[in-house]
Amino acid sequence: MNKENKIKTSNISNAGKKDWPLWEIFIRSKQGLDHKHAGSLHAADAQMAIENARDVYTRRMEGVSIWVVESKYIHASSPEESASLYDPANDKAYRHPTFYELPEEVKYM
Amino acid sequence: MNHQLALHLADNALILGHRNSEWTGHGPVLEQDIAISNIALDLIGQARNFYQYAAQLINQSTQQPNIPSTEDSLAYLRESHEFKNCLLVEQPNGDWAKTILRQFFFSAYQFYYYQELQKSKDSTLAAIAEKSLKEVTYHLRWSSEWVIRLGDGTDESRSRMLKAIDELWMYTDELFENTSYEHKAASEGFGVDISLFKNDWDKKVKEVFEEATLPIPTKELNNVNWFGKEGKHSEHLGNILAEMQFLQRAYPGCEW
Repeated sequence: MNKENKIKTSNISNAGKKDWPLWEIFIRSKQGLDHKHAGSLHAADAQMAIENARDVYTRRMEGVSIWVVESKYIHASSPEESASLYDPANDKAYRHPTFYELPEEVKYM
Repeated sequence: MNHQLALHLADNALILGHRNSEWTGHGPVLEQDIAISNIALDLIGQARNFYQYAAQLINQSTQQPNIPSTEDSLAYLRESHEFKNCLLVEQPNGDWAKTILRQFFFSAYQFYYYQELQKSKDSTLAAIAEKSLKEVTYHLRWSSEWVIRLGDGTDESRSRMLKAIDELWMYTDELFENTSYEHKAASEGFGVDISLFKNDWDKKVKEVFEEATLPIPTKELNNVNWFGKEGKHSEHLGNILAEMQFLQRAYPGCEW
């Protein structure tokens, strides 16, 4: 039984090596709005990624435009650096425009 | 307008939709599982539109029908010989190559068919065609790309495509063979003269096969003794119906 399980696991990891690359999908839901990250999926190339994104993420009329980018091209900030990157913003309240009094005439702020 | 043409179009869409739905949960990768299931849903949606219209036509032509026809009764309570779908759509799924080739042949056919049907004198048929054409345009694009990808892919994918061509090509003849109800509907301006777009279909197949580096089969006479569009089906349809209709026949009127 254990042996069988092992064989199965190794098959899965071998199959994993031949997997299609991962793509990050960005969908714009309405004209004029930004593309927003919708999720990720596997595809053999960009064309297939767009089609898969259409099928996976726009089935309920969520989208008018799709961007795809291979996940390996996304560079992310490291969670370990979050203290140095973001904490300093916390104690500089003067950077926030909350001290201005809005004139009555200004709406929709 | 006779209901037979509407039934034929509905049956084509339902049976291929059902075949594609057999992939749900079994697709080669998750994304393609969703893609083929989406196509199945599109086709079943088209079938519903045509069945609803066929039921309306049948009920109008019958004086005081005892049990009025509905989309459900037409889909779930007819016998195999009453189905008018072409043989291509009832062919078993086989492997992924066979499924996508079947889809490609049929989507190309539907693509040109619905373009013509949009001009029908019958406003309901024209409206269904216009709505469905958007879906079919995508099915054609999706299946064309898969034919190219597999045909011009690895040795294995190519040999599977060649096998699929061997198994399916003979059923493409029937698509362009007129039945009496198609002929009548076309001559009255409700239906479509299918000979009009035979060349377009050939051209499309040639174009995609060339890009896929696949040989275009030489024209063969139809050796098949069945004629699905007139209710003469292979055993495969019986098996599909046995599964698809089981619930309604075992528990009549059953609902979710």
